Amino acid sequence: MAFSFERPLVELDEKIKELQKYATKNKQDLTREIEFLERKLVDKQEEIYNHLKPWQRVEIARFIERPTTQLYIDALFEDYIEFYGDRVYSDDKAVIGGIATYKGKPVTVIGHQRGENTKDNIARNFGMAHPDGYRKALRLMKQADKFNRPIICFVDTKGAYPGKAAEERGQSESIARNLVEMAGLKVPVISIVIGEGGSGGALALGVCNRLLMLENATYSVISPEGAASILFKDAALKEIAAESLKITANDLFELKIADDIIKEPLGGAHKDKPAMFSSVDEMIEKHLKELKALDGDALKEDRFEKYMNIGQFEEIEE
Amino acid sequence: MLKDLFYKLNKRANDIQNKETSDQSEAIMTKCSNCKKILFTKDLKKRLNVCGNCNHHMPFTAPDRLDALMDNSEYELLFNGIVSVNPLDFPDYESKLEGDMKKTGLNEAVLTARGMIYGNEAVVCVMDARFRMGSMGSAVGEKLARSFTYATENRLPIIIFTASGGARMQEGIISLMQMAKVSVAAKRHDEAGLLYIAYMTNPTTGGVSASFASVGDINLAETGALIGFAGRRVIEETIKEKLPDDFQTAEFLVKHGQLDRVVNRTDMKRTLSKILSMHKEV
Repeated sequence: MAFSFERPLVELDEKIKELQKYATKNKQDLTREIEFLERKLVDKQEEIYNHLKPWQRVEIARFIERPTTQLYIDALFEDYIEFYGDRVYSDDKAVIGGIATYKGKPVTVIGHQRGENTKDNIARNFGMAHPDGYRKALRLMKQADKFNRPIICFVDTKGAYPGKAAEERGQSESIARNLVEMAGLKVPVISIVIGEGGSGGALALGVCNRLLMLENATYSVISPEGAASILFKDAALKEIAAESLKITANDLFELKIADDIIKEPLGGAHKDKPAMFSSVDEMIEKHLKELKALDGDALKEDRFEKYMNIGQFEEIEE
Repeated sequence: MLKDLFYKLNKRANDIQNKETSDQSEAIMTKCSNCKKILFTKDLKKRLNVCGNCNHHMPFTAPDRLDALMDNSEYELLFNGIVSVNPLDFPDYESKLEGDMKKTGLNEAVLTARGMIYGNEAVVCVMDARFRMGSMGSAVGEKLARSFTYATENRLPIIIFTASGGARMQEGIISLMQMAKVSVAAKRHDEAGLLYIAYMTNPTTGGVSASFASVGDINLAETGALIGFAGRRVIEETIKEKLPDDFQTAEFLVKHGQLDRVVNRTDMKRTLSKILSMHKEV
């Protein structure tokens, strides 16, 4: 499957294959023509992938074949033991987590979990958590705090689930509680947006010391479709909304909200998963090393400063 | 004309901006937007815009609430010079801000103040839904975070009256981050052992409901207030089901264990002063 913006690449690729087939069949030497097209393909790839528009990144970030939290956990950590449940109501499969070792040291890993296919997506509610999911995450974070383990969060959600039961069980309170409690953690917290960072549901795993974003990940207060329909009264203007909202990794880095951008393989994380995992690994190692130099109070202070400094306003004479 | 004697308090905020309507606020009689009973405006104001007939809570502005709550209607406004900018160059944002400033006479969607409630000193923040739907952008986030810090430094309790549609979309991701910003400041106040009363008024939804509004030591809400995370329409479209009429009201929340109690606006000052006096530092 290809994205609509990849059509020129698909067409070139098909042309190359056709020529190759024709050359073999007719025993004709078309090496020069084929090489020309192959060079053109490489140029075109760079042209497209290096200038992705915000909406195109949204499409990549949401892609079903894009690696999910579970795949990062499997690839980067050892001895992973998944823990279930919020001790209140249920085990929300839209959020997963547990303990593992990272480079030989214990850590707690938590993340939103989208499905890897339609059936899985239904079981995991497309990665949109109920309060139970956020409460499970908080329970695991408090456990990490007690045992002095760093916390790695993977953010990948359209947002908190807008449902009846979610409201009844306190969707707002569960997110709000995570924000406040994460502010008080005395262990390093690294949050990595691997796909879509959707609003409050993303932030509930995102009050951190270091916010890292994959190159094509997005993080937004509202989906581009939602913003287009509310602000421009037309959901079809999602591309424009995606531009205006400033949702890309680069935007967040420039706004000093994201601390680092993790480069993706050309065309997106799904094109070369092992390469993607190794880039993420490198970044976790780098930031964890820096944070481990700080004691508990300094980590809290670091988080306090990070968030207190976000915002742009003016002070006029009263 | 008899009709001209009345004005509707529940008129959409946009309609009240012209001078003509503000003159009408001098009208002698007001019709309750719920039970339609015609009430003396003077009586209604004395009852803080709560209908004496059906107890319907009509909109109440932030300045009116501070006047009603603080002893002798006296208070010191804090950080009132903080105003919004347009950090993302979002189309039309400045003109909307200007319009709301003119319409409400406020600099932003929250007033932050310090004063006395029956002799109990507190920091009191009141959001105003007339200003950009009470949405939280950088200026609101900064004022609230500073209020928490100020309360922490001065060892004061803090009360926040929320009224908000959520995050301010025109400030994109920066507005989302204000939820975290106010939370880190609230956490310090909490760790200092100080009292935070969250007081949700109509409406408290989205990012405000999903941050400081829901994590007071004591969570109160005003009678009939709409409180929720997601909008009713969004939920109905998602679950393909019609929601009950009382869904996401203060009364619905207390029934589901999400609130300490629902308070009538006419009991606001008494209730708060009682709570404050029981938390006084000795």
